[in-house]
Amino acid sequence: MSYRKGLVALCAALLFLSFGTSAYAATCVYCSEGSPEGFNPSLYTSGTTFDACRAVYDRLVLFEYGTTDTIPGLAESWNVSSDGKTYTFNLRKGVKFHTKKDFKPTRDFNADDVLYSFNRQFDPNHPYHKVSGGSYEYFTSMSMDKLIKSIEKKGDYTVVFNLNRPEAPFVANMAMEFASILSGEYADAMMAKGTPEKVDLDPVGTGPFVLVQYQKDAVIRYKANPDYWRGKAKIDQLVFSITPDASVRYAKLKAGECHLMPYPYPADLAMMEKDANINLMQQEGLNVGYLAFNTAKKPYDNVKVRQALNMAINKQAIIDAVFQGAGKIAKNPLPPTIWSYNDKVEDYPYDPAAAKKLLAEAGLAGGFETDIWAMPVQRPYNPNARRMAEVIQADWAKVGVKAKIVTYEWGEYLRRSMSGEHETVLLGWTGDNGDPDNFLAVLLGCDAVGSSNRAQWCYKPFDDLIQKAKITTDVTERTRLYEEAQVVFKEQAPWVTTAHSIVFIPAAKNVSGYKVDPFGNHEFYHVEMK
Amino acid sequence: MSDTVEYVNQSVAPPHPLKEFWFYFKENKGAVVGLYYIVIVILVAIFANFIAPHGPFEQYRDAILKPPAWMDGGIWTYPLGTDDVGRDILSRLIYGARLSLFVGVIVVTISLAAGILLGITSGYIGGYYETAIMRMMDIMLAMPALLLAMAIVTILGPSLRNAILAIAIVILPHYVRLTRASVLSEKTKDYVTASTVSGAGTFRLMFIVILPNCMAPLIVQATLGFSTAILDAAALGFLGLGAQPPTPEWGAMLANALQFIQRAWWMVTFPGLAILLTVLAFNLAGDGLRDALDPKLKR
Amino acid sequence: MIRFLFRRIAMIIPAFIGVTLLTFALIHLIPGDPVELMAGERGIDPVRHARLMAQLGLDKPLPIQYLNYITGVMRGDLGKSLVTKQPVLKEFLTLFPATLELSLFALTFAITVGLPMGVLAGVKRGTFLDHSVMGLSLTGYSMPIFWWGLQLILFFSVYLGWTPVSGRISALFWIEPDTGFMLIDALRSEEKGTWISALRHLILPSLVLGTIPLAVIARMTRSSMLEVLQEDYVRTARAKGLAPWRVIMIHALRNATIPVITVIGLQTGVLLAGAILTESIFAWPGIGKWILESIHRRDYPAIQGGVLIISSLIILVNLGVDVLYGIVNPRIRHTR
Repeated sequence: MSYRKGLVALCAALLFLSFGTSAYAATCVYCSEGSPEGFNPSLYTSGTTFDACRAVYDRLVLFEYGTTDTIPGLAESWNVSSDGKTYTFNLRKGVKFHTKKDFKPTRDFNADDVLYSFNRQFDPNHPYHKVSGGSYEYFTSMSMDKLIKSIEKKGDYTVVFNLNRPEAPFVANMAMEFASILSGEYADAMMAKGTPEKVDLDPVGTGPFVLVQYQKDAVIRYKANPDYWRGKAKIDQLVFSITPDASVRYAKLKAGECHLMPYPYPADLAMMEKDANINLMQQEGLNVGYLAFNTAKKPYDNVKVRQALNMAINKQAIIDAVFQGAGKIAKNPLPPTIWSYNDKVEDYPYDPAAAKKLLAEAGLAGGFETDIWAMPVQRPYNPNARRMAEVIQADWAKVGVKAKIVTYEWGEYLRRSMSGEHETVLLGWTGDNGDPDNFLAVLLGCDAVGSSNRAQWCYKPFDDLIQKAKITTDVTERTRLYEEAQVVFKEQAPWVTTAHSIVFIPAAKNVSGYKVDPFGNHEFYHVEMK
Repeated sequence: MSDTVEYVNQSVAPPHPLKEFWFYFKENKGAVVGLYYIVIVILVAIFANFIAPHGPFEQYRDAILKPPAWMDGGIWTYPLGTDDVGRDILSRLIYGARLSLFVGVIVVTISLAAGILLGITSGYIGGYYETAIMRMMDIMLAMPALLLAMAIVTILGPSLRNAILAIAIVILPHYVRLTRASVLSEKTKDYVTASTVSGAGTFRLMFIVILPNCMAPLIVQATLGFSTAILDAAALGFLGLGAQPPTPEWGAMLANALQFIQRAWWMVTFPGLAILLTVLAFNLAGDGLRDALDPKLKR
Repeated sequence: MIRFLFRRIAMIIPAFIGVTLLTFALIHLIPGDPVELMAGERGIDPVRHARLMAQLGLDKPLPIQYLNYITGVMRGDLGKSLVTKQPVLKEFLTLFPATLELSLFALTFAITVGLPMGVLAGVKRGTFLDHSVMGLSLTGYSMPIFWWGLQLILFFSVYLGWTPVSGRISALFWIEPDTGFMLIDALRSEEKGTWISALRHLILPSLVLGTIPLAVIARMTRSSMLEVLQEDYVRTARAKGLAPWRVIMIHALRNATIPVITVIGLQTGVLLAGAILTESIFAWPGIGKWILESIHRRDYPAIQGGVLIISSLIILVNLGVDVLYGIVNPRIRHTR
């Protein structure tokens, strides 16, 4: 900022003050929980990084604010060929990229930007493929590299994705963070300058906010993008004040040092609710916590044992002890905010007597010994796995099952449970794209045995249903298939579904227009300061 | 006061060393207070089962987050209030005294024993052996203790046992240096030469002739080592690397209570106070000990 | 003197090498690797895992990795962070001013309060004042500072509202981090109130971080004051009829501060270790927090680089203190 500009700004601020309205009215301060790893979401996997990037970028498809439904974004419309293998996106015209200190866009957003954003991840020979480490975790883990056959530009405003096989969740995938659209022109300019990694550090996108300043572990500053295609945001400045400790975040919120904060401690919720200056918003999160039985090991290959141990657990006690009200009993492997959630499924009741009877039928009247693996870290779907394991241990003891609680360092825990060393394991999942396939196929499909299918559960009738749903484009038909799959799941009981967490966002009273995002993301375009 | 001192000095037979020690030690009022406090903590730790009103793990589901008795809503059944699952804080603190003393004792024993062994051998043997050991100790001292302890615990996995081990390793260099320094100054004294001449073996020279004369500073360091051990264990617990819940270790209690800091201050304040007071008591006693054992300050 | 200096400097080279070896060994013993942690619940297949490890250069035998690392260090290259892909040295340098500013403030606080406290206690030996100063400083010395910090936030920031809760400056101010020292950057800013805001943010963290050094300095000053006051030259000065404050301030204090300087030097390590805890509590964007986070993420180059620089700093400060001591006190030079 030049000196004169600063002076003008200062005068303007003083003028505002003298008229009695606050100059800060249009600044929203968000106390975020950590530093982003960088500013290119395709390179990273953490929600913290996605929050920082979301302000800057758009995607071809967007999620409607506060829901998991997809709406047009940078693509005005799209159509799918009848075989389900060709997706044609018609791009929006007149969308401007951000102007930065050392980059002035000379053209509007067009097909080249889409090609750059995807080919960088897809094509190992792309000049940008190896820049900044070159690992595109989400692109790979969503199997996009195997799914996409080719990406074609058909004119400046049309892009065609040819797939190797039909994949219904593809459109939802296009709304995920890794599919953010970066500026191809900026990338070329930086490549020519010899500083390609700058693209990932000082981002240029089409999003509602322009990154102005980032100081690691301290602050991220954005100003509203005046040319935003959905209209300029109602706040002029957005500030992320990085504050890792939740009680300090709460203290800052109370002291008026920030307006919104994520991830409050469950213990503070009651007080926030009572506080007249705080508006406590909440929504069920897009996640599920579970205890998976290793169905490849005895006695868990016996469905009766799995059902019995389901009935032996008092889930309400878990919710009280572990979530302190910030959770909800789960009966399905899908969270209730996702479409095709089957509310008609009946959960196993808490019934130790019936459980004992079932165990006797399975020839285990005398009980048996087993283990419960408890995660060493806090996750949204399970804030305290150890305590949850203690509750389950006590409940199982009542039906004669003696369980030992086991834990490992997090990386090792994930690896060992993937290869099926456990007998029962506590884990969970947070949805990526709001598609049921992202839960049912990833966590329970036959292909996922030996990796993310911790129950090692491959059950033909179930797998047939979800495979069929994956290649069907009709949503009503898919819904029917998934609903049926949930019934099969419950009856076969490869998991004990424990809980869905509830996401809470405390905000200052003068913040309006904010909606809690079911994905657990934080988005500020619609926020207004009163 | 000076009259009494002279009288003692002039008495025909020298007073018993312990008696003399107590005479100087009790001069320091703070040290005496600290000592009494330590004795009380030891008694509390030993008789925790009888003193504590409740079990340390017993959860009273109908009395969750009760404030201390003197506040609104508190009852005398739980004098210092209860935690998030209805456990009595006072009882947990009482049982926690056991763990904290245990941590202190084990850490000091390990580091003292290893420190004496390394220090005395390197001081006595000298040469490359000494250089190697002392360089190693220098390197360990160059890293901030807490950082080194964190690294060790991360490798071994977070638990009370590993935290104890890590702290013992981290404070080892102090004992090694101290022992070596005293050995070096004692080694040249006449009584050692005399023993050498009269044919005492190496082992005898190191541990029976020299060591007892190096003990005074080591005892002081060991007392102060208790406080370091308790503090460091609490810090590791605070970072989630020490004792794991539901163990009623004070640092771990504090770490677990952090999320309640605004809702239930008593969950945070009392374990912290327990740490502070116990560490303070050991430091006070250590100070008194130093004064009493240091001949320069007598008079 | 020159020989003494050379001997001291020669002694620190093995220490440097030892520190690099020790950190290298330690971090590779830590279970779990960065690739696994990044994949999280979704898991990663062994082939891809191996490929990513190779990309990060983590597939080679450890001795080779160490050799590569150490040659890099010689050239001043500490490698790149596995997480942010930024040069470690650059990350360290952007965060270090925050830690330095906090540490300097804490040390200044500790000295300006601790030194007079110690002098007073020493001069008024055995009085109520002496006992209270000693009691207070021993309490400070026994303080679990992570708990202390939280209590102070609760009282001063939440209950009284006098000080800000955390951070280096109010998020509403627009500061260009030219020097990285917030107080200096704030002075250069054109907005009003930035400097005051930066100062207010420094109060509680410096108080917390300075508590233990303060206690140590006060105690050291007192005991060295007591020793000096018994020396003959002080008695002579008194006998000459000099004013008591003159004797204390000019004759006694100057000599009493020599051991205090050593103690202050030794506080560098204490400050840097304390910074890990203090920075976590106050969300202070410094290196303590950075290293803690790097350990959690298994960001090997960052941990290694951070520990190496910090240890080198401690070694250098200790060397500086040694040399200074040698200059002030010639007897030290000739003993080993």
